[in-house]
Amino acid sequence: MAIRTEPITINIGPQHPSTHGVFRMRITFDGEVILDVEPIFGYLHRGSEKLAEERTYAQVVTLTDRLDYVSSMSNNLAYVLSAEKLSGVQPPERAMYLRVIAAELQRISSHLVATGFFLNDLGALATPLMYCFREREKILDLFEMLCGARITLSYMRVGGIFQDAPPEFWAALRDFLGYMPDYIDEYERLITGNEILLTRTKNVGILSGEQAINCSVSGPVLRASGVNWDLRKADPYEIYDRVEFDVPVGTVGDNYDRYLIRIAEMRQSLRIIQQCADQIPEGPVKADVPWLIRPPVGDAFAHVEAPKGELGFYLVSDGTISPYRCKIRSPSLINLTALKDMLLGWKLADMIVTFGSVDINMGEVDR
Amino acid sequence: MTIDLAGVDVAQRVAEAVPGAVEESDSRNVWVRPSSIRDVCKFLNEDNDLDFSFLAAVSAVDFIDHFEMVYHLVSIANNHRIVLKSRIWDRENPTAPSVVDIWEGANFQEREVYDLMGVRFEGHFNLKRLLLWEGFPGHPHRKDYLEPPR
Repeated sequence: MAIRTEPITINIGPQHPSTHGVFRMRITFDGEVILDVEPIFGYLHRGSEKLAEERTYAQVVTLTDRLDYVSSMSNNLAYVLSAEKLSGVQPPERAMYLRVIAAELQRISSHLVATGFFLNDLGALATPLMYCFREREKILDLFEMLCGARITLSYMRVGGIFQDAPPEFWAALRDFLGYMPDYIDEYERLITGNEILLTRTKNVGILSGEQAINCSVSGPVLRASGVNWDLRKADPYEIYDRVEFDVPVGTVGDNYDRYLIRIAEMRQSLRIIQQCADQIPEGPVKADVPWLIRPPVGDAFAHVEAPKGELGFYLVSDGTISPYRCKIRSPSLINLTALKDMLLGWKLADMIVTFGSVDINMGEVDR
Repeated sequence: MTIDLAGVDVAQRVAEAVPGAVEESDSRNVWVRPSSIRDVCKFLNEDNDLDFSFLAAVSAVDFIDHFEMVYHLVSIANNHRIVLKSRIWDRENPTAPSVVDIWEGANFQEREVYDLMGVRFEGHFNLKRLLLWEGFPGHPHRKDYLEPPR
């Protein structure tokens, strides 16, 4: 005899430990099976785009730190690239190399956070997270050497970077490149073959490649679905065309693939940093750019492969010292478009894991 | 390297497929009439040579006398891109056709534009405010928006 059931709607978040910030979902369940998902945003909306309209081009850099606050370097890079494209400034070679080193270090640190919290969501409370944060700490120490800050870095400037790296940075970076691969091996030994991880993530939350493209998904989530699209290869900016690296691509598009892609990308980032450290030329680190930039009237869109996906800045200039419009194409928000496709038909416990595998940051979702 | 398609060439193709849609074009951009946005997007998405499968960004800019919708389109298969723009002159009740049935990725982005710029998208299945709450007075990204007194 079939039991008559009734759908029930539950509210999850905005203050829930698994929502990585203040994200809220209204989910309709049939028993434990998800029938409908409605994400609700805006709890961390600070109006960054509007604030940018009242600041000079140089000052906007500090706003970008606070978008995705675990990958400030990538945000800085996307913004300065867009402002440079708008104003026609060419940064010096050495600055471009240092920016790429910084952005790739940031990618590793962001993926460490993503992996740690993903395991947290799986129920491996705090222990793997602390392993991941151990290495993230070393990266933050490197950032402290570069610019004196650890989280809100504001390292990059329109036309270069804030200052050259101190000599001790290079020694510390070489040390880091030496021990980091062993640490990644350690995570893999601990996690990758773990039976609980495999049962909870393999073939769960599958997103097909076509659906991912249709939903404008980018970054590791898109590549896990089998689409070979990495802006560092597809549309090389800075000096990415001078370094060799592979783009890891998944096959199934499930939670496990998304986890594996991040681990593989960390290894590739180390390769990129190694090559940059070998190739980096001597020279100035900042182009001769006035403090108040007045770009010509027009618009520019520049994007980077941020740890979470395609981060783009669309800047419109009216010839004054502040942007007329500063639109942020945030990967975290747009990747959530596909969340419903990943979740329908799965259970509540899978929702937590799938959501963790998408790796969003509320600072960037709500801006 | 992603190739920037010349706006003039794309405009020619669009004009053949959707007569009367193109307003203007230059080296990077194509301007179309707001009423034909959806038809143009459908053509750009379905055409085999152009194959714009990826909607990178939907933005709106307030130029005081008009709003400009900006669509950044990318073809993943052919690795090229184009910027599609459209000027909306109606300030009281700006509307544009929704492209959410062509690219699902437009869902949140159109809701954001509606929320912060006040452009209504016809045919969007769930056009609600994205970041601000229902009943918020005004649209903050408009240039004439004044912060309420504290």
